[in-house]
Amino acid sequence: MADILCVIEQRGGAVRKGANELLTAARQLADQLGGRVDALVCGVGSVNGIDALGAAGADRVLTASHDAFAQYAPEAIVATVQSVAGQYAAVLLAATATGKDLAPRLAAAIDAPCGMDVTAVTAVNGAVRVVRPVYAGKAIQTLEFSGTAVVAVRPGAYPAAASGKAGAVESVAVPAFTPRLTVTGIAAPEKATLDVAEARVVVAGGRGLGEPQHFGLLEALAAAFGGEAAVGASRAVVDAGWIEHGAQVGQTGKTVAPELYIAVGVSGAIQHLAGMRTARTIVAINRDKDAPIFKVADYGIVGDLFEVVPALTAAVKAAKGQ
Amino acid sequence: MKIAICLRRVPDTTAKIAIASNGTSIDETGVKFVPNPYDEYALEAGIALRDAAGAGETVVIAFGGDAVQETMRTALAMGVDRGVHLQGTPSADGLANARVLADHLRDGGYDLILFGKVAVDDYGQQTGAMVAELLGRPCATAITALVVEGGTAKVTREVEGGVESAHCALPAVFTCDKGLNTPRLPGLKGIMAAKKKPLDIVPTTAGDSRVTIVSLALPPERQAGRIVGEGAAAVPALMAALTTEAKVL
Repeated sequence: MADILCVIEQRGGAVRKGANELLTAARQLADQLGGRVDALVCGVGSVNGIDALGAAGADRVLTASHDAFAQYAPEAIVATVQSVAGQYAAVLLAATATGKDLAPRLAAAIDAPCGMDVTAVTAVNGAVRVVRPVYAGKAIQTLEFSGTAVVAVRPGAYPAAASGKAGAVESVAVPAFTPRLTVTGIAAPEKATLDVAEARVVVAGGRGLGEPQHFGLLEALAAAFGGEAAVGASRAVVDAGWIEHGAQVGQTGKTVAPELYIAVGVSGAIQHLAGMRTARTIVAINRDKDAPIFKVADYGIVGDLFEVVPALTAAVKAAKGQ
Repeated sequence: MKIAICLRRVPDTTAKIAIASNGTSIDETGVKFVPNPYDEYALEAGIALRDAAGAGETVVIAFGGDAVQETMRTALAMGVDRGVHLQGTPSADGLANARVLADHLRDGGYDLILFGKVAVDDYGQQTGAMVAELLGRPCATAITALVVEGGTAKVTREVEGGVESAHCALPAVFTCDKGLNTPRLPGLKGIMAAKKKPLDIVPTTAGDSRVTIVSLALPPERQAGRIVGEGAAAVPALMAALTTEAKVL
């Protein structure tokens, strides 16, 4: 049992981005264990993108076709994985909304321990070991599993790699299953905004903005980055109803690790810091020079955000040649 | 409508985390404990559905040591009818804990079993979905809307790039996300009433663990950077730092 199974997400007949990162994690783990990487894709008929999975690290691509896979169909995926899971040392999924939904169901179905939202997965003396943030990143936990483990790997934790070889494609049957939850579809949000957890740049606002409409300043700054920035928020302003809860960064919101995090009018409560401390570079703009946010920021500007943010927006636009 | 809400006791989110001398858990000295914030959405949903139905029962269930009873009293003060304390020591293996809960819930006749989407301590995010699988019940995780009509539940949940809609027959298991509702605060009357509400104690043992906590450590401290200046005049200095030092532009 040295082989790794990767459950690859697809939506609307195409492999979701993130598959290559997951295969990088699987490849490294399989190489440590001396095993093979199999990528399982559950879809309707052929799925776009499976040709590239071999180059991304899969030795074999297993395709399971069923009409149920037109939407997310957890029971059908669980039944399919269960039919092949016995031969693997670990089953890897991406810790996306779907992966986090699926991983524990799978673990319970195949009677395996489960590690969620892991940032590193390795083998130590043949046992699968994972590293994962707990307390929203206030602490780092290392777990070791005995037997087959189900592991959900945090998006962005591994780089996408290419080995340059093609994986063999084989089909696997979808066993009989009992659908219990019927997914009817996915509605796109009214505003097509980038998720804070997926953005390269996050511009976050706190109570210092004063009023909800002042988030417009942050949207303008985010827009200046040209489609790679998202607007985030502290808990206080989400609870006040200034911005939707999906934007919240922190212990009861999202944990983010962007390349650049610009905290505007954010004081830096411990719960907020927990959610953004793994950003590569942190910029703080705050009127209060004693705000805790300056203790974690790489660069700070003390000043009135209503003057600083528009100036920064103009500077970023100029730098981007807009 | 009979509704179970599973509750976890967690350190307050404002708590500063220190590692205990065993190197695998936190030092609880001086740490305040609260109901898991996401479980409060589950509690609110359960209480509101019972009230809307005009009949039925809500039961708060928690697996843990005796300290969890204090946390359960908060749920009772919010308006939950009674509590069941599954008394024992939770495992590092989430599946072992899910089995304890599933074994208790299996024959309870619950129409709905609600969880928070994640406990803000171990960030396990697995118990609810595992319990559903062990019971063979429909399940949706991290729901942001829940409508129960007759024997059916309609839910929505946020996924990357949109909002997923789904429906299922009851009985079902859901885990609750922020946005589902606004949890009520326990009032003085509720706090007084909670003291008299039944809280049954059921001694329990989790099965063998296949998960070992190897270590728990604090993340590396971030070094404070520097204030590049004051007001809009500091923007050029910031841009220079982001371009040449940090190389993020």
